[in-house]
Amino acid sequence: MSLKDLNRSLWVFHVNSGSCNGCDIEIVATLTPRYDIERFGMKLVGTPRHADVLLVTGPVTRDMEKKLRRVFDQTPDPKVVMVIGNCGSTGGVFYESYNLVGPVDRIIPVDVYVAGCPPRPEAIIEGVVKVWAKLEKRGEKK
Amino acid sequence: MIEALQAIALIPVVAIVGIFISLLFKGIDRILAARMQARIGPPLSQPFIDVKKLFMKENIVPKNSVKWLFEIMPIVSLTASLVVLLYVPLFGFKPLLDGYGDLILVIYLFAIPSLAMVLGGFASSSRYATIGAQREMVTMLSYEFPLAISIIAIAWVISKTGTCIPAFSLGTIFTIPVWGLVGPIGFLGLVLLSLVMLFVMPGEIGTVPFDAPEAETEIGGGVLTEYSGRNLALFYISSSVKTIAFAALIVALIIPWNISNILLLGGTGAIVADALFFLAKLFIVVFVGSTFVRVAIARFRITQIVKIYWGYASLAALFGLLLIAIDLSWMV
Repeated sequence: MSLKDLNRSLWVFHVNSGSCNGCDIEIVATLTPRYDIERFGMKLVGTPRHADVLLVTGPVTRDMEKKLRRVFDQTPDPKVVMVIGNCGSTGGVFYESYNLVGPVDRIIPVDVYVAGCPPRPEAIIEGVVKVWAKLEKRGEKK
Repeated sequence: MIEALQAIALIPVVAIVGIFISLLFKGIDRILAARMQARIGPPLSQPFIDVKKLFMKENIVPKNSVKWLFEIMPIVSLTASLVVLLYVPLFGFKPLLDGYGDLILVIYLFAIPSLAMVLGGFASSSRYATIGAQREMVTMLSYEFPLAISIIAIAWVISKTGTCIPAFSLGTIFTIPVWGLVGPIGFLGLVLLSLVMLFVMPGEIGTVPFDAPEAETEIGGGVLTEYSGRNLALFYISSSVKTIAFAALIVALIIPWNISNILLLGGTGAIVADALFFLAKLFIVVFVGSTFVRVAIARFRITQIVKIYWGYASLAALFGLLLIAIDLSWMV
C-alpha cells in the first residue's frame, strides 16, 4: 500500500483558528450538491482522529495557537494540511496585528495554500487536486 | 460429523462474502443517497477504498484510555456482527448453524456490537465518547422492546401451526412464511409488525434519523471519537456487516419466499436464482429501512428517539400483537 491509496478517500476535518466565517461558509458551499466533493470520496468528519486532511481557516489568534497545534498532533499520520483563505496563508488584512501569532505555517507545517478572501469552492477543489499531486510525489519518493 | 466439518469450513467463506457484500451494499447506499440529493455521489468501490485507507493510517490509542478494552472492542464488535451471519438464512439456504441457536440468540448477538461500541467509547476516556456511549445505551434500550414484541409475535403465529416445531428457530421460520397462517385481521397485524421492524432498522444499525450516539456535527463522532486507523476500519466494517445481517433477518421473517419453485428451476439454476432473488430482497429492505429514511429525515434528538421507540413504535407493535391474538383466538 502506498500513499496513492489515500487519494481517493480524503476525510476532511475543518479547524477554525479565528476566521471571520467567510472561508468556513465557502467550505460548506463546497459540500453542497452543486460541487459535491463526495464524488472524489471526500467526507467532512467530526473529529481529527478520523481525518486525513486538516482544513485550516483564519490567521491563528493567540488563543488558538495551542489548540491548533494539539489538533495537528491528534490527527493520525499520514496527514495533509490545507490552508483556506488569505488570512491563514499570509495574515491577510490582520497582518502583524498584536493578537496574531499566525499565519498558520508558523504553527504547523502547511502543504497547500488556497488564496482568496474567501476562495471560491472551485479554488478549494483545485487545492484538493494539488494535495493529490503532492501525495503522489511523496509516495514515489518512498 | 461430516456436516459439522462442512459448516466449519464454510464459516470463513460466509465471513468473507458477508464483508464483501456489506461493503458493496454500502457503496450502493451512498450512490443512491447522493442521487436522491441530486448529486453524482462517490464511486461504487468507495467503501473498499475507505477501508483500505483506514488500514494504512496510524492507529492512535489515547494516553488516558483503558488500553486493552479500547483495542479489543472493535474486534469484539466485528466478530459479533459476523457471527450473526452464521445464524440467519442467507442466499435462500438454511442458516449455517441451524439448530445451534435461534432467534433469541440472534437478538442478543445484535446487542453485542452496540455494547462493544459503548465499552470502547467509555474506555477511550473522551468526554464526547462518554456522551455518545450513554446515548447509544439509551437508544439500545429503546428499540429492543418493539423489536422483541414483533419477533415474539411472529414466532407465536408459527408455533400455532400445530406440530411441536421449534418456533423460534430461523430454519423453521424461513421455511414457513407467516403470511399464509393468519386471517385478514392477523394479516393487518403482521403488516404493522413488519413496519415496526423496518422502523427499528435505522436505530439498530445507527443511521441518520437515529444516529444521535455518533452525531458527528454535535458530539464529534460520539462513541467513535477517539478511534482512528485500523480500529476505526473494524468498526466501519462491523456496522456495514450488521446492516446486512439485520436486513437478512427481516428478509427471513417477512419475505422468506424463494423464487426457484415459482420459476420451476432445478439444480444450479435454482441456487443462482435464489441467491440473486435473496440479494434483491436484501436490497429492498436496506433501501426502505436505511437509505430512504436517512435521506428523507434529519437526525432526531435523543429524547425524541426514546419517545418514538418506547412510545409510538411500542404502541404500534402491541397493537399488532393484539390483532394477531384476536386472529389466533378465532382460528381456534
